Amino acid sequence: MSSVTYGADAKPRVGFFTDTTICIGCKACEVACKEWNLIPADGLNWTGESYDNTSQLDANSWRHVAFVEQRKPLKLDGEQAELDGQPEPLRWLMESDVCKHCTHAGCLDACPTGALFRTEFGTVVVQEDVCNGCGYCVPACPFGVIDKRHLPRSPQDAPLALPLLGAKEDGRVWKCTLCYDRLKDGHEPACAKACPTDSIQFGELDELRERAKARLERLEGEGWNGARLYGDDPNDGVGGFGAFFLLLDEPEVYGLPPDPVVPTRHLPRLWRTTALAAAGVLVGLATAFVGGDA
Amino acid sequence: MTTESYYGRNIVKEPVWTPEIPLYFWTGGIAGASAVLHGVARLAGNEQLAKRSLFIGAVADAVSPVLLVKDLGRPERFLNMFRMFKVTSPMSVGSWILLVSGGASNTAAALELLDALAPVKRVAGAVSLVAGPPLATYTGALVANTSIPVWSEARDQLPWLFGASATATAGAAATVLTPVGSAGPARRAAVIGAVAEGLVMRAMRRRLGFVGEVYDQGAAGTNARVARACTTAGAGLLALAGRRPAAARAGGLLVLAGGLALRFAVFKAGFQSARDPRYTVVPQRERLHARGSGVRASGQ
Repeated sequence: MSSVTYGADAKPRVGFFTDTTICIGCKACEVACKEWNLIPADGLNWTGESYDNTSQLDANSWRHVAFVEQRKPLKLDGEQAELDGQPEPLRWLMESDVCKHCTHAGCLDACPTGALFRTEFGTVVVQEDVCNGCGYCVPACPFGVIDKRHLPRSPQDAPLALPLLGAKEDGRVWKCTLCYDRLKDGHEPACAKACPTDSIQFGELDELRERAKARLERLEGEGWNGARLYGDDPNDGVGGFGAFFLLLDEPEVYGLPPDPVVPTRHLPRLWRTTALAAAGVLVGLATAFVGGDA
Repeated sequence: MTTESYYGRNIVKEPVWTPEIPLYFWTGGIAGASAVLHGVARLAGNEQLAKRSLFIGAVADAVSPVLLVKDLGRPERFLNMFRMFKVTSPMSVGSWILLVSGGASNTAAALELLDALAPVKRVAGAVSLVAGPPLATYTGALVANTSIPVWSEARDQLPWLFGASATATAGAAATVLTPVGSAGPARRAAVIGAVAEGLVMRAMRRRLGFVGEVYDQGAAGTNARVARACTTAGAGLLALAGRRPAAARAGGLLVLAGGLALRFAVFKAGFQSARDPRYTVVPQRERLHARGSGVRASGQ
């Protein structure tokens, strides 16, 4: 992949392992990301959804901490399970979500301009000076990560929506770059740097996968309820995530798709269907001439 | 069907496209199929129909890029569409198809008006004949090649649906503008396209299962019902009374309106499908279940 394109300049593929079992929901990652990447403020909204007022990843939120309140025991056996054996067990899940930097990235495949590209680190980045805001990457992403930053619709919108960039500055798509600029200078991404518990771990992907496997084994040994890795399998529908997770419940509980597949996987067949349908148009219209002019 | 979700929020993003896009699906379809109608009419010696189809196609081809550029977040960068040819992106492939088709049909139409350079005109006409059918069907691939459930799961039908509607609307447009004595093939094209569209729509709904219910709800439902009513009525009128000028015009306009409503139905269905996480989660869960990994125990 990146080694084919970059030759000797290729770097080992890097990514994130986000271990949600030690996330404390402090949102330092969200703040560090916004500050480092100069992402505009997009309003203060109170959702009433636990401590989550960011709601989702979008053009102006490249890290998003999900908060899930559940009536489920944290552990299936041992001391904690006894505590949770009370009539109303409660657990509070927190997960810092981010762009998955897929091995087979739907956004990158769909991009008609080449604005989205694969870096020498194996990450997926938008070139903001090339993107023309066609928006095709937005529905292409199986995770709903990449998003268009909208132009202010009215003068009143401008100060809140785009305080830093001014009225004519947008209409392009944005998402996590895995801090491409920091990587170039040998630093870890801002979110990982800011994370106080090392829930967000940055490193070479192969090493992270090993680390995640060991961590999962330990949690299973301790009887944690629902512990699983998400996005660690290179044989999944997107060829494995560059940023993968250790979760404590099904992916959809955190707003993640249970079986994401890159749309491009179906494209060879889709092109064949399109060509056949084109032939059908030709045949249909030619048939219309049988029977003369009137 | 109960599924878990994160506060009921969508998983995939709604598209960010404006109404210019379904409008383009309609004009692009008319342009592509009109180019074919023009080419075959020329070969068949039906000059009246040939000329009108040529001009209809050229106008539709000229309007299309304007609509597409208007939808861009940075319209001044529209030329970036031609930085590369990318077969993994139906948007890229389609931009090139539209460039070739529009260039050819407008060249042919201009030379027809000027009555000049007949050999060049013939070549341009032939090029637009070849580029027309893919222009009419690639837009189906464009929406199907996404993570929007109601579009993605219909990937075997959408290019056919758009191709059938393109056939119907190009025939209808020519029916409206051509004297009835020469409009026979256009009328038949409208009827053939309308019948095919109805059959493909049924196949698509069967394939989609519960994911297709968005075509019965909200704006998508309204547009789908209008599309069906207009197309059926228009095609019926053309089939039964198409030799009468007034009926031909009314029938043609109805089929054109039906084609436009169909594109808006598909467009709106995509938004509604993205909004509800059930449409994303349930088919994926079923897929996992079919693979036997539905109960993914911790780890594996």
